[in-house]
Amino acid sequence: MSRIVVDAIGDACPLPIVKTKNVIKEMKSSGTIEVLVDNEIAVQNLTKMAKITGYPVSSKKLEENKYLVTMEVTVAGEAQEPAQAPAEAEAVTCTPDARKGNKVIVISANQMGSGSEELGKTLLKGFIYAVTQQDELPKTMLFYNSGVYMTCEDSPSLEDLKSLEAQGVNIMSCGTCLNYYGLSEQLMVGSVTNMYDIVETMEKADLLIKPC
Amino acid sequence: MEEKIQFCKGGGCTAKLGPGMLNRVLECLPKGTRDENLLIGYDSHDDAAVYKVNDEQAIVQTLDFFPPMVEDPYIFGQIAATNALSDIYAMGGRVLTALNIVCFPEKMDLNILGQIMMGGAEKVQEAGGSLAGGHSIVDESVKYGLSVTGIVHPDRILANNGCQAGDVLILTKKLGVGLICTANRVGEASEADMEEAIRSMTTLNKYAAEVLYQHTVHACTDVTGFSFLGHLHEMLDGRWSAVIESKDIPYMEGAYHAAEEFYLTAAAQRNRNHVQEFVDFGDVSFAMEEILFDPQTSGGLLAAVDANEAEAIIRELQAIGLPARIVGQVTDKMEKEIVVR
Repeated sequence: MSRIVVDAIGDACPLPIVKTKNVIKEMKSSGTIEVLVDNEIAVQNLTKMAKITGYPVSSKKLEENKYLVTMEVTVAGEAQEPAQAPAEAEAVTCTPDARKGNKVIVISANQMGSGSEELGKTLLKGFIYAVTQQDELPKTMLFYNSGVYMTCEDSPSLEDLKSLEAQGVNIMSCGTCLNYYGLSEQLMVGSVTNMYDIVETMEKADLLIKPC
Repeated sequence: MEEKIQFCKGGGCTAKLGPGMLNRVLECLPKGTRDENLLIGYDSHDDAAVYKVNDEQAIVQTLDFFPPMVEDPYIFGQIAATNALSDIYAMGGRVLTALNIVCFPEKMDLNILGQIMMGGAEKVQEAGGSLAGGHSIVDESVKYGLSVTGIVHPDRILANNGCQAGDVLILTKKLGVGLICTANRVGEASEADMEEAIRSMTTLNKYAAEVLYQHTVHACTDVTGFSFLGHLHEMLDGRWSAVIESKDIPYMEGAYHAAEEFYLTAAAQRNRNHVQEFVDFGDVSFAMEEILFDPQTSGGLLAAVDANEAEAIIRELQAIGLPARIVGQVTDKMEKEIVVR
């Protein structure tokens, strides 16, 4: 198991938490994070964060104005190591969390797969519905080329997409594509995006799903 | 202008000394001979001092200043002034005069100071008061605020500890500006969230006060650095309890999100440490707890009003565009002073 030290001496709240969260975000496997802070309030805020997130946490005073907060971070999807407190670990993995991981779904056409157009459209509608039923929702859904028909008026998936958006999923449609198909005024869900955002979103994705 | 306002570690009311720390110091100060005309002094934890001049008139005195919590100097000036003026309204008064309090680095562009004071002056004007002078000193970082003098009829002072069992609690602004400003400092607040917070912080409590003054208000305070629960705790004065309905608490969506992302201030944790022993949280979410402990800069008025008039008051407050809500009720003393459910 890895051990990472975060030095937050001299940092005012919320920086110790921000630094710790950034380290957790980069972690590929479960491990121990040790955060050094210089005041008790920062210890309390870090402890709150760890408890709410479900990481076992402890702290001690090393010397005057120097405290150590230790948290056992479990990375989702990884087999639990037996040494870890099983109760907490279980609580983490059992909680559906829409924001866990950076999963991106790309819809690049108004139908799924090649073959019959009628079947392709039915399949895509079914796909988007099935997304709403997942425990872990994607962070972002990108729509480009004829895919933008799905976020505009007359789309059979508007209700599903609105429900996903309400749960915190970013629904983003390519502006150039909306213009090309004359749909700019018909966008019904989510926001307009550009090629830079599309590239960046894809690059940052942990998992990119492209059904069509 | 190439200089930016020097950001402090925590602007606005998050920069306040914690209530516990402050009490220890205040308790040690000599009280002197008691002046019968000093109706409200610092021994009552109230928003401002009130001194009776004659049977018709009492002077309300207050001062408030703090470091910037937003980057725009003009908006900072507006917020600092709105916050300072608020204490007059929380006491039932109206604004007469204000004096500027300024700390400013010698090397910084004076235009920045000009914009801060412009923002402040406009708010004093909106409050119907006159800016009558001020005092400025050279300091390492920017701080700004006002010393405000107001007037109130001695029989119509709104103390913060006059509530009675059965009173309905009304809050006139949304909670959460502290969390949003904290998220903003680390670049994690959306523009829309910041705009909502700024709109709230620059709204004078004058308008809410003018509605409240027409009704039977037993106690009133403005919610600032000590958070909703901290100020409610002071209002209950060790003699009463309160039941708060968390679903009725007006709050900013962005603040809820910021709390879920743990953009937590030291000040909120200090508030929690000071008040949590008095509070029983049912199955209230963590984010809502944080919102209830969130230090507010230029927050709304919290009023304990006659239950029969509460609905009318809310209607009138909402009619002038305020997000006011009934948030709970004062009760006889219970085992836990504050129950949030």
